[in-house]
Amino acid sequence: MGTATETFYSVIRRQGITRRSFHKFCSLTATSLGLGPLAASRIANALETKPRVPVIWMHGLECTCCSESFIRSAHPLVKDAVLSMISLDYDDTIMAAAGHQAEAILDETRAKHKGQYILAVEGNPPLNEGGMFCIDGGKPFVEKLKLMAEDAMAIIAWGACASWGCVQAAKPNPTQATPIDKVITNKPIIKVPGCPPIAEVMTGVVTFITTFGKLPELDRQGRPKMFYSQRIHDKCYRRPHFDAGQFVEEWDDEAARKGYCLYKMGCKGPTTYNACSTVRWNGGVSFPIQSGHGCIGCSEDGFWDKGSFYDRLTTIKQFGIEKNADQIGMAAAGAVGAAVAAHAAVTAVKRLASKREDVDHNS
Amino acid sequence: MGIQTPNGFNLDNSGKRIVVDPVTRIEGHMRVEVNVDADNVIRNAVSTGTMWRGIEVILKNRDPRDAWAFTERICGVCTGTHALTSVRAVENALGITIPENANSIRNLMQLALQVHDHIVHFYHLHALDWVDVVSALSADPRATSTLAQSISNWPLSSPGYFKDLQTRLKKFVESGQLGPFKNGYWGSKAYKLPPEANLIAVAHYLEALDFQKDIVKIHTIFGGKNPHPNWLVGGVPCPINVDGTGAVGAINMERLNLISSIIDRLIEFNEMVYLPDVAAIGSFYKDWLYGGGLSGKSVLSYGDVPEHANDYSAKSLKLPRGAIINGNLSEVFPVDHANPDEIQEFVVHSWYKYPDETKGLHPWDGVTEPNYVLGANAKGTKTAIEQLDEAGKYSWIKAPRWRGHAMEVGPLARWIVGYAQNKAEFKDPVDKFLKDLNLPTSALFSTLGRTAARALESVWAGRQMRYFQDKLVANIKAGDSSTANVDKWKPGSWPKEAKGVGFTEAPRGALAHWIKIKDTKIDNYQCVVPTTWNGSPRDPKGNIGAFEASLMNTPMVNPEQPLEILRTIHSFDPCLACSTHVMSPDGQELAKVKVR
Repeated sequence: MGTATETFYSVIRRQGITRRSFHKFCSLTATSLGLGPLAASRIANALETKPRVPVIWMHGLECTCCSESFIRSAHPLVKDAVLSMISLDYDDTIMAAAGHQAEAILDETRAKHKGQYILAVEGNPPLNEGGMFCIDGGKPFVEKLKLMAEDAMAIIAWGACASWGCVQAAKPNPTQATPIDKVITNKPIIKVPGCPPIAEVMTGVVTFITTFGKLPELDRQGRPKMFYSQRIHDKCYRRPHFDAGQFVEEWDDEAARKGYCLYKMGCKGPTTYNACSTVRWNGGVSFPIQSGHGCIGCSEDGFWDKGSFYDRLTTIKQFGIEKNADQIGMAAAGAVGAAVAAHAAVTAVKRLASKREDVDHNS
Repeated sequence: MGIQTPNGFNLDNSGKRIVVDPVTRIEGHMRVEVNVDADNVIRNAVSTGTMWRGIEVILKNRDPRDAWAFTERICGVCTGTHALTSVRAVENALGITIPENANSIRNLMQLALQVHDHIVHFYHLHALDWVDVVSALSADPRATSTLAQSISNWPLSSPGYFKDLQTRLKKFVESGQLGPFKNGYWGSKAYKLPPEANLIAVAHYLEALDFQKDIVKIHTIFGGKNPHPNWLVGGVPCPINVDGTGAVGAINMERLNLISSIIDRLIEFNEMVYLPDVAAIGSFYKDWLYGGGLSGKSVLSYGDVPEHANDYSAKSLKLPRGAIINGNLSEVFPVDHANPDEIQEFVVHSWYKYPDETKGLHPWDGVTEPNYVLGANAKGTKTAIEQLDEAGKYSWIKAPRWRGHAMEVGPLARWIVGYAQNKAEFKDPVDKFLKDLNLPTSALFSTLGRTAARALESVWAGRQMRYFQDKLVANIKAGDSSTANVDKWKPGSWPKEAKGVGFTEAPRGALAHWIKIKDTKIDNYQCVVPTTWNGSPRDPKGNIGAFEASLMNTPMVNPEQPLEILRTIHSFDPCLACSTHVMSPDGQELAKVKVR
């Protein structure tokens, strides 16, 4: 990038951050990404030599929950991310400029930072009505999106809207709201799904790119493996109750008050790939299951159209074994021996990967 | 020459046309066009909602118990308020009551949202309309400290603190990468604060950014996450278990202590930072009392924050309920959501089709068929609009009216209703605020008044949170740990057909959802939201909406820099994703247009 642009390290040094706290930050970043101590020095090296990367953050049809989540980040603080790690040159939600002055930034970015900026997309383009269900600067949002995608170094699809379509794309999808990888087909797109994604997952993905200077390793669906490769269920702290056949049967019953498994209340943890049960939410305070409601599966493709959030996951064919969990749950109420048996039976579930296409769409 | 509107504005579109698109620092997408006269005074205003998502079409035939999750996604900024409105609508339709604890917890969540939303709105969406960030570079840190200490006892106010901050800001600006401050209107004469006040505001911009993430932890505790916490028809999903087996996974002493500490901190921030900042900034803008619009004429509040579970009568609601029309504060009218003659929506200037567009429709009978056409005098093309024609259709927002009147909703409307009802908890803080600034009561009806009402409300909401936290603890102490009523959880217990209304006061104003349930599924769902009221286009009689009215007769320093337009529009805290949700009762497939 241009020689006039400063490196991340020199920027934070000038801002009074000591070398010691810089290294502390690097090791925290490495830890939060689940990387070993060796990675910390690689991060430090990257930050010492790289400038703040321009980020263009665009909004299509969405509800702004992704932006709201981003500013909740506890590490790094969003203040530090925006002042010291990236250069958030365009984001209609917080930028000072409006109208022509805002539009001018997009033109300038394409001219000055061709191939060097990150395009972050929140929401998605509707294609019905010539794209005019989402108008930006008098034109269809989809045009602006395609234009800015052309010269981007990398593209991030924030949240369920940009990644899968989310609520406005739920049946019958009246505006033909379309995930961005269906309109931008010639660039790698990092999908960071969730409604919204976890704040530290969002800042984690951005800082991964700015520190390692490469895209994170993605799974087959385009999601960063570091945050999305395991099910909520695999790391859920209530998993032992599932294995023991101890279930909440009704809202606010004794089992609910004891923190038993929410599977029978419709929890989608067993089919949802996300970091909620490990990273947790809002600085690690809680996550949906910990607060007594089942997971609604908000990081999964089409989660709005998989039946009620309170339907039990027995509709998933490969998950048939958990029909036994129902029966075992009743038997286990008083018998330790049965609970042990349940554990033996249910741990078999671990070996069964749930496949999306096997979900019975009963909506 | 001009057109006189029935609600008292003279519109003249003969002068130079100014277009602002996108309007930034709002939720969603919107456009504003104004005409200015030879003195750069706004003589005509046109506000346009530029997005449509159709959530209610999507809700048809779904399980009513799921509706909260769908409608919550209408807005991620006022997250939770649509969910609360939705569970209230379903409970109203099915006759479901909730436990007292659930009422307290819901109030705590709703009030936490008010405080969070108001603080983030003021510092991160609105402040840059009043505060010149670049001017802060020339502030004297010592004088800044003296000024800060003269307005508040907030401890972060030493000369060294401001000097360090200024150094960081200076180096940020000198890096040439201005990020979100790029291309701002720095140096404009429309900015009136001295450098020292600007530096204080920048400091608090950053402090508020750090603090806001802690306020929402109250949602995380009760609802598992924020944005978009979880809710439940019949109560709340989080059980209470203070000291029994497994209490560690429920609302227990540690959780209650965390909530309490957050409440203490937000009360402190409201009273030592937010309100003093608004008063201090206001003192430099006392001569800029534009933007009143409809606030001195017609305002509407549904009321919210029920003292008692299941009692949504005006008497039980801590936020006031009522309508004022024609500027007559001596008469506050009752509001009835079920009365087909009160709330109606019109589409003559909206991109929808009615069989008879001279008439309005009550939300229970609402029709929505998109009809994207531009007026005859619009400039540009359908997919490259240069200028809209307000004589034709020009917005994705419908025009709701209360008994035919265009109404303003929001914190200012609520506080005017409370003031008119002579309620001391609303009247006294308003009177004190105005007296401290040596301003008359009429100054309340302005952009500044709207901004001040929001700050006063944040203070009020913080204290109410303390009240409901104490009430929750007292109730638990009295032996009641119940948080959900499951008597009618199973759809088999529901009537064949039912209809209901749920309402709240969202941070941005009056919000209601109307639902019809048939054979245990949603048959019809309609939301009329705050920005639909405030951002509405003209109606068949020619009444302009609250955004449009507020821009009228405002002088601009430089029409090329839309600072004054942004300042006044932002004072409403627009939420466009909210405003543009309408439904198609028969759920027909809407026309598809080929991708270009």
